[in-house]
Amino acid sequence: MDTPLLEMRGISKRFPGVVALDRVSLSVGPGEVLALCGENGAGKSTLMKILGGVYRPEEGELLVDGKPVCIENVNDSMALGIGFIHQELNILDNLDIAANIFLGREPLIAPFQIIDRKKIHADTEPLLKRLGLNIPSTTLLRNLSIAQQQMVEIAKALSQKARIIIMDEPTSSLTLTETDCLLDLITGLRAEGVSIIYISHRLGEVSRCADRVEVLRDGKNAGGLSRSEINHDNIVAKMVGREIKNHRVPSEAKLTPGFLKVRNARSSRYPDQRVSFDAARGEILGFAGLVGAGRSEMMKAVVGLDEHGCAEVTLGEEFLVIRHAKDSIGNGIFLVPEDRRGEGLITAMSVRENTTLPSLGSYSTSGIISKARETVVAKEQIASLRIKTPGAESLVRNLSGGNQQKVAIGKWLAMGPKVLILDEPTRGIDVGAKAEIYRLVRTLANNGAVILIISSDMEEVLHLSDRIAVMHEGRITGVLEEADCNEQNVIQLAVGRSVAAAKPAFQ
Amino acid sequence: MKKELGIFLLLVALCAITAFINPRFLSQTNLTNMANLIGLFGVFSLGLGLVIITGGIDLSVGSMCALCGVVMSMALTEWHLAWPLAVLAVLIIPMSLGWVHGALVTKMQMQPFIVTLCGLLLYRGVARFIANDDTKGFGGGEGFETLRSVASGKLFGLPMPFVTLLIIGTILWVVLHRSVYGRYLLAVGRNEEAARFSGINTRRVITGAYVIAGLLTGVSGIMIAFYTNSVSPSNHANSYELYAIAAAVLGGCSLRGGEGSIVGIIIGTALLQVLQNLVNLLGIPSSLNFAVMGAVVLLGVMADQMLQRRAARLVVH
Repeated sequence: MDTPLLEMRGISKRFPGVVALDRVSLSVGPGEVLALCGENGAGKSTLMKILGGVYRPEEGELLVDGKPVCIENVNDSMALGIGFIHQELNILDNLDIAANIFLGREPLIAPFQIIDRKKIHADTEPLLKRLGLNIPSTTLLRNLSIAQQQMVEIAKALSQKARIIIMDEPTSSLTLTETDCLLDLITGLRAEGVSIIYISHRLGEVSRCADRVEVLRDGKNAGGLSRSEINHDNIVAKMVGREIKNHRVPSEAKLTPGFLKVRNARSSRYPDQRVSFDAARGEILGFAGLVGAGRSEMMKAVVGLDEHGCAEVTLGEEFLVIRHAKDSIGNGIFLVPEDRRGEGLITAMSVRENTTLPSLGSYSTSGIISKARETVVAKEQIASLRIKTPGAESLVRNLSGGNQQKVAIGKWLAMGPKVLILDEPTRGIDVGAKAEIYRLVRTLANNGAVILIISSDMEEVLHLSDRIAVMHEGRITGVLEEADCNEQNVIQLAVGRSVAAAKPAFQ
Repeated sequence: MKKELGIFLLLVALCAITAFINPRFLSQTNLTNMANLIGLFGVFSLGLGLVIITGGIDLSVGSMCALCGVVMSMALTEWHLAWPLAVLAVLIIPMSLGWVHGALVTKMQMQPFIVTLCGLLLYRGVARFIANDDTKGFGGGEGFETLRSVASGKLFGLPMPFVTLLIIGTILWVVLHRSVYGRYLLAVGRNEEAARFSGINTRRVITGAYVIAGLLTGVSGIMIAFYTNSVSPSNHANSYELYAIAAAVLGGCSLRGGEGSIVGIIIGTALLQVLQNLVNLLGIPSSLNFAVMGAVVLLGVMADQMLQRRAARLVVH
């Protein structure tokens, strides 16, 4: 190959506490489709955000057409011919196709600086034709399907003379037919000389459309695969291969298998899938899977927080009717959500008020709250979880992330959980607080609670779980017993392949 | 508490200045009259304050008041209902309307501004229609003397509306600052999603606030009708909701929800009434009435914001 169109050399990027990228290199030739693969947190998104001008690297150089360039912001990136199709589409659904494509750079007619509507529509039509989209350019974006909206984003990139288009998980919300269309479109663009960097967890798509695969692992290059080498097993082999130190604390609990039975959990995210699983009393059941596998959504349906979802839950021998969060909470099933500040806590309220919020009734007599009783319990939680706060009256927003998370967990501990569901419990938390949360979770299990942990952190899920249920596209692809819990198996199940050792999720 | 202290000092300062320039401010007639007005406006302002704490708004208060006044007068003088029945009707009507507002906001996910703006237009229209646009009064007042004295009489020298405000204020203070429902209100106003995740029935909490606002508007409506003694449906209690919003904001409620106090709303109401009184007593042209009110609310909220920002900076350093 001659000079690559784009080259990234020795790119490093650190965030407080983590090295996100460690001397990563990458190159894309003209008209080449490069697939970028790796686990959650391997550094794919960070690397692409550097290309898109969102982050700036601390080390390394970028070359376009063999010449060193500097990308300081999104405009620089666009000027170099790099187009970015984000997973969350950047569209204004109240405007029509042409207005979206020319947003921010509308051609104007002097003297009153009126938008030249004729011109933008005239310029848009051929772009749409080129992408095979037979829709008038005056259609409002809200009337298009997600796949069509994505096409509009691609059209926008092309209208900006993009030579490299980055697609981050472009098929995550597309149907099978739409995915086919997109893959055909990619082939077409390649034939026109447009280069594509394709990020996807779906290895089938990667095998179908990529000329070359680059795999990242823990922020480093884990190796590349040429066209003839691309297949499922080779990609997975490069994605794993990290040594995981396993300091698992074994369960000391007497397990009561089948204590929690969840049947036919259906979330609004995957309305066609029904998820069922069993969990034992005293066990930590991990839920692994790639981002978007529908784990959080399924749990929300289980606890009654998904208005259009439903689930049949049996706890012990009792069949529970759960329509609202109040019902699951009343039965001792608690969820610590992933979004601490948005869903788990009221950050403008004090530690005391947050701790007692779900069980205010038990701190009150005929509707009047006893602040003294609240304070006692809040202080107990502060002491037993070692929450670093000036006092029970401090506002939660003034605490660090780790301490906020402890409050978010503490408010349920005060109520004696039978089932505690933790969604990404250690995201954005420092190492010390992480270890404390791990210990706490194990103690809870040993004391007879069912613990369900959703984690996208491979190391964490392997470290904590007694068994691991792996989800893919809204369903459980298999459950791994303790002896079979390893990265290889988890990844295989997470990308939707079967593993011989995997067990069904329920009897 | 600090927030109320600031506006309380402003109130004291305004009173002192007015009393200094015109000693008539402190005359018993003037004080009684002002206390009466504070009572009349305070009661419905408290209701609207609760709605604002949920992050909502109720623009229909004035029209609802007019509807209550018209129904009250017609029930007593034209339909000859026993007064307890009339009172019951005039409390149930605004409560039901409040419930409808709450249901539309929570179940239909409509914006409170729109829902209650339509209420504003609708109830005013209904009031004018059933009164045939005629001014209604209470005539000689046979048969409901008790009601009249309860609504507009005096107790220990204090005007009844003021006494009512003190009683309702005390109850609501306990409700907002000491009860489970009050905590839920503040929680829902600050972060509805987190409240829902904590198992709180956020719809019921929000709807409750609209129903209470309706009830208090009904109570005010009765007292205001007896105070004016005649109800002309096209302008009775016109734009009173704006006084209530101003009072609530002055008293520390945030229109974003989640913040506010009963004492603050009452002081805010008092401040607005003192301002109007001040305009009269200091010989300021009464055409400037609204301008003075607008300017003081603006300055008050601005000063509050600046003080808070400074306090926030002090916390950071």
